Amino acid sequence: MQQTLHSSLDKLSLIWSGELSSQLTDDESVLAWIEIDLNTQLHFAEGLVAVTNKRLLAKMANDGAWQEWRYQQGLSLTQRDHAGVGCLELFDAHTRLAYWRYRLGNDTAANRFIECFRQQLDYQLTGKLPLATHTQAQCPNCAALLSADQDECPVCDKQNHAPPSTWTLLRLWRFAKPYKGRLLIGFLLTLCSTAATLVPPYLTMPLMDNVLIPYQNGQPINTDLVKLYLSGLLGAAVLAWMLGWARTYMLALVSERIGADLRTTTYEHLLNLSQEYFGGKRTGDLMARIGAETDRINLFLSLHLLDFATDVIMIGMTALILVSINPWLALVTLAPLPVIAWLIHLVRDRLRIGFEKVDRIWAEVNNVLADTIPGIRVVKAFAQEKREAARFHAANQRNLHINDRVNRVWSLFTPTVTLMTEIGLLIVWVFGIWQISKDEITVGVLTAFLAYIGRFYIRLDSMSRIVSITQKAAAGTKRIFDILDHVSSVPESANPVHLPTVQGRIELRNVGFRYGTRSITRDINLVINPGEMIGLVGHSGSGKSTLVNLICRFYDVTEGTILIDGHDIRTLPIAEYRKHIGLVLQEPFLFYGTIAENIAYGKPDATPSEIVSAARAAHAHEFILRLPHGYDSLVGERGQALSGGERQRISIARALLINPRILILDEATSSVDTTTEKDIQKALDNLVRGRTTIAIAHRLSTLREANRLIVLDRGRIVEIGNHAELMAREGYYYRLYQAQARNVDTEDRAFVSVVEHSAAGELK
Amino acid sequence: MSDTVDYQLSRNTYGRLVFTNKSGPQEDVVPVRSFPITNPDQGIALIDSHGHELVWIERLIDLPEDYRVLIEAELANREFMPEIKRLLKVSGFITPSTWQAETDRGEVTFILKGEEDIRRLTTSSLMITDSHGIHFLIRDRLALDRHSRKLLDHFL
Repeated sequence: MQQTLHSSLDKLSLIWSGELSSQLTDDESVLAWIEIDLNTQLHFAEGLVAVTNKRLLAKMANDGAWQEWRYQQGLSLTQRDHAGVGCLELFDAHTRLAYWRYRLGNDTAANRFIECFRQQLDYQLTGKLPLATHTQAQCPNCAALLSADQDECPVCDKQNHAPPSTWTLLRLWRFAKPYKGRLLIGFLLTLCSTAATLVPPYLTMPLMDNVLIPYQNGQPINTDLVKLYLSGLLGAAVLAWMLGWARTYMLALVSERIGADLRTTTYEHLLNLSQEYFGGKRTGDLMARIGAETDRINLFLSLHLLDFATDVIMIGMTALILVSINPWLALVTLAPLPVIAWLIHLVRDRLRIGFEKVDRIWAEVNNVLADTIPGIRVVKAFAQEKREAARFHAANQRNLHINDRVNRVWSLFTPTVTLMTEIGLLIVWVFGIWQISKDEITVGVLTAFLAYIGRFYIRLDSMSRIVSITQKAAAGTKRIFDILDHVSSVPESANPVHLPTVQGRIELRNVGFRYGTRSITRDINLVINPGEMIGLVGHSGSGKSTLVNLICRFYDVTEGTILIDGHDIRTLPIAEYRKHIGLVLQEPFLFYGTIAENIAYGKPDATPSEIVSAARAAHAHEFILRLPHGYDSLVGERGQALSGGERQRISIARALLINPRILILDEATSSVDTTTEKDIQKALDNLVRGRTTIAIAHRLSTLREANRLIVLDRGRIVEIGNHAELMAREGYYYRLYQAQARNVDTEDRAFVSVVEHSAAGELK
Repeated sequence: MSDTVDYQLSRNTYGRLVFTNKSGPQEDVVPVRSFPITNPDQGIALIDSHGHELVWIERLIDLPEDYRVLIEAELANREFMPEIKRLLKVSGFITPSTWQAETDRGEVTFILKGEEDIRRLTTSSLMITDSHGIHFLIRDRLALDRHSRKLLDHFL
């Protein structure tokens, strides 16, 4: 016990551990504790509740003394939560003794705390030592089972909220790395071509001093010299042209590839993220990130970054040349450079924030579109075109407003740089003329300087543009890496266990799931035997679909474990595990493509005869043959229109083809009428045979075949049994069935004439 | 007619509301606001432990004084939407970032997972959901002090 005391008190903050240990008697040790972060009036405050082997201790930070409750008959500790706030309550047989509130970050700790309290209470009252129930290692934080080689809990790991580093652009190096060689060649080409462009201004110096000035002073023009210099100018220009072409082509080639890699990687990563991620994001935003953002980064790399690199090289080289000609004049020429650099730095932050805003607002504009266009039928049916237009207008207006604000800073920027340029030139003129008057430099030198810094400052001007473009690209990179950094909340196991075949035995142990602050299911214990058909029954919102999503591992359980053939599903490779599962959904989704492709979606290498036999078994073969192009008919968006029942049978064929051991039918027949349902039911009967099946159905009558029905109510199992047993029990299921039988009754009557219907109503 | 109600409401020793009408007492009754953000005082329902509505209260004002107090106390006990009065510190402008704020319920530190967790309610009011799903309200962001506004502005 002493061991646990030390290890647990270690994590406790110093103040509390000191206070707490002073409360303990000699043979008392702390077994569990939970930090409380709210007081009973729901104000933020600190407190601690601790379980020792003698009693329960509690204190809020501003309380004077500790409260204590010794173990006695009738004491109980429970936990409930609402809207992100948990409530820990201590009762005796008659009344509530105390309660504590906390934010749900502590939720799993609270559950363990209660467990510890119960065990101690039990021990104190009956003298029985708590049984060591778990032989497998558990995560100390969330009690998830850990496999032998896992040190850190994969469940808790994902809750790490460290912000990513600011130098996001550098992270693109990961994508540039494969193209190192070509990048180096590109860089060398850039060096050479820049050097070539710097030759012409240099030649103006002798051209001026050796040809033009002597001519003005009455000497004839030296044609040989002119020819030499002019051919030098031409040669430099041609060389610069060729080199420039080569490096631009080379680097554009590389950046295009980097962009493509970035896009593919992001999309691949996105596909592997859990359902939870897609639930929380809007389609428009994700599409914009993968499409527009990667393009922006691409453009940045191929055009702007390249230009910038060239500019930096040019400035460096120019500076060298200027210094070599005349250090003093060079100093004066280069003096405005730090000022401009400072100016750039000053504006950078402001602009970055602005551009991030612009990006967000763009996503918002896109979101309006993504909301409205798929829902266009609803918009038109309710004649809300004007409202939607207004919503778009409002988003656009905000876009304008924010762009205006960014542009206010931005527009000031470029003219300022230009002004700096002019002033810089002026300084060079003044200093140059003064130096010429002192005969320290020649006219040619001054001309060369002016020619150089003309280019130099033009480049500075365009360099200043790089600030905004870099910021935009950085913002885009950040948004891309937001996706790439997002660890799937359904993480792939580090040491996966491979199961080539499965029997289909599914076991749920204490399964609990929480979505946001809502606790959706809890304490689900269930064993499904291979080949058994289970029906999940309950009102909508009772957690049926959640359970199915958990079994498919679209989400991970927040508490407990799901085992398949005795293996935790979190230890299996996700894709491999899902191959064993066939899923038929309420709204079958058909991709754009032929029917054959859609049936073979889960098994792309299926032979035509396999596809046909799957379609036959799904009772889809005949209606497919009736279509103009048979199995080659195009379906999905913009494709052949199919009825709900037909689409459903295609999705059943799809599930049949992969021949899964586990089959999940999520309301597979609820979106079709009763006659179609019978067709589908026949198809399903073929599908269900010999497989572990979990079926959710709204119409209870469709579940009569099930070996067992699991009745769920508000996230808990309330009854288990087959139809006859549950009817005999006259419990929850019985009421549900009765209520539905009445509904079906009225549904049928709706077809009867109105007079009869009202007459029947009166009879009741 | 405002003071007459055909049910009784009391609090038991377990601290739970008990609702009694013709069909007998119901323990563990919970009051729920229909429009907790946009119109908190309009439409409060009493819900039993199975989630069924027992009674609909259009306006709390219409209830007898003692019932109103009971319900208000229970609501206060259930509702947790701290209102941010001042932002003290933000760990960074890249999410996830840790926020330190002063609320009407004291000082708090929470983690903002992403910019999309900031929801616009109206043009000036915002709701911020932290990493544990707790909602923080900013009733009027334009009324915040300059420092807070500046910090917040980075995320909008």
